[in-house]
Amino acid sequence: MAVTETRDTFTIGDRELTSRLLLGTGGFRSLEAMAAAIEASGAELVTVALRRIDPGARGSLVDVLAAAGVQLLPNTAGCFTARDAVLTARLAREAFGTDWVKLEVIGDEHTLLPDALALLEAAEELVDDGFVVLPYTNDDPILARRLEDVGCAAVMPLGSPIGSGQGLLNPYNLRLIREHAGVPVILDAGVGTASDAALAMELGCDAVLCASAISRAEDPVTMARAIRLGVEGGRLAFRAGRIPRRLYAQASTPEEGRSEF
Amino acid sequence: MNVLVNGEPTVLEAGATVQAVLAALALPGGERGVAVAVDAEVVPRGEWPAHRLSEGARVEVLRAIQGG
Repeated sequence: MAVTETRDTFTIGDRELTSRLLLGTGGFRSLEAMAAAIEASGAELVTVALRRIDPGARGSLVDVLAAAGVQLLPNTAGCFTARDAVLTARLAREAFGTDWVKLEVIGDEHTLLPDALALLEAAEELVDDGFVVLPYTNDDPILARRLEDVGCAAVMPLGSPIGSGQGLLNPYNLRLIREHAGVPVILDAGVGTASDAALAMELGCDAVLCASAISRAEDPVTMARAIRLGVEGGRLAFRAGRIPRRLYAQASTPEEGRSEF
Repeated sequence: MNVLVNGEPTVLEAGATVQAVLAALALPGGERGVAVAVDAEVVPRGEWPAHRLSEGARVEVLRAIQGG
């Protein structure tokens, strides 16, 4: 049976997911634009953040997301210490009634790269507290292993810095992470366009998390569809098994039986 | 009694509760998706009516925004 006909899901914690595209909700111009992009993306899991209440805010994000039928994945964006990230995760559990968390502990405000040591510390504490932890991590195979060892439900290595749209800067490391991980690997951050998402999936990633590439595109709905198709195409290519790279040509037309003039 | 609500100096009656702070904020969209920390500790929703604030308390009232 061709791979296209078989059921192809993956599991995080105890949740089986069909869509391999996770959507970040940051950066959309309006709640309406976000809702339309969610539908086009097919995402089942979308990220949200927590901030101080804004009395002037219009519309209810949680109501729009509930209407979209998606599962919320709260993040700890903007946290620079393990302590802040752990507290933010606990507040998110209270606010949204979910023990899932996209754990971010940022080390530097210019690159937004993860602080590896603080990330591992926070991950361990949250796992012990019963959270399903999905850490946004460096593309470091050893750190990914350590995060899995402390009980993270997935690892989410970056392709390149958040919002940079630089794609996958170190496919080699991502492949090493995938080779050794026993939990889902979700490419997080750096996707700029559909081909980046396809490449991540061709490397064997289980899913791609994408925010800015969709939300800040000129036409977010069309880009959501494009990246969705990129993810699906890359996944099928991975499962189908690509041909090896060769230095020289190899004719696809048989050599035998050629005419001689 | 002086407390800080989301960093803003706020005067409340002595012994005011977390629930009273939320009522005073008159949150648009209600209290769904809202979480509260007092002095860097989560106060579960069920404890809002009973949790009394003390002088100088730092209250953070958070809600979902688009992000990530």
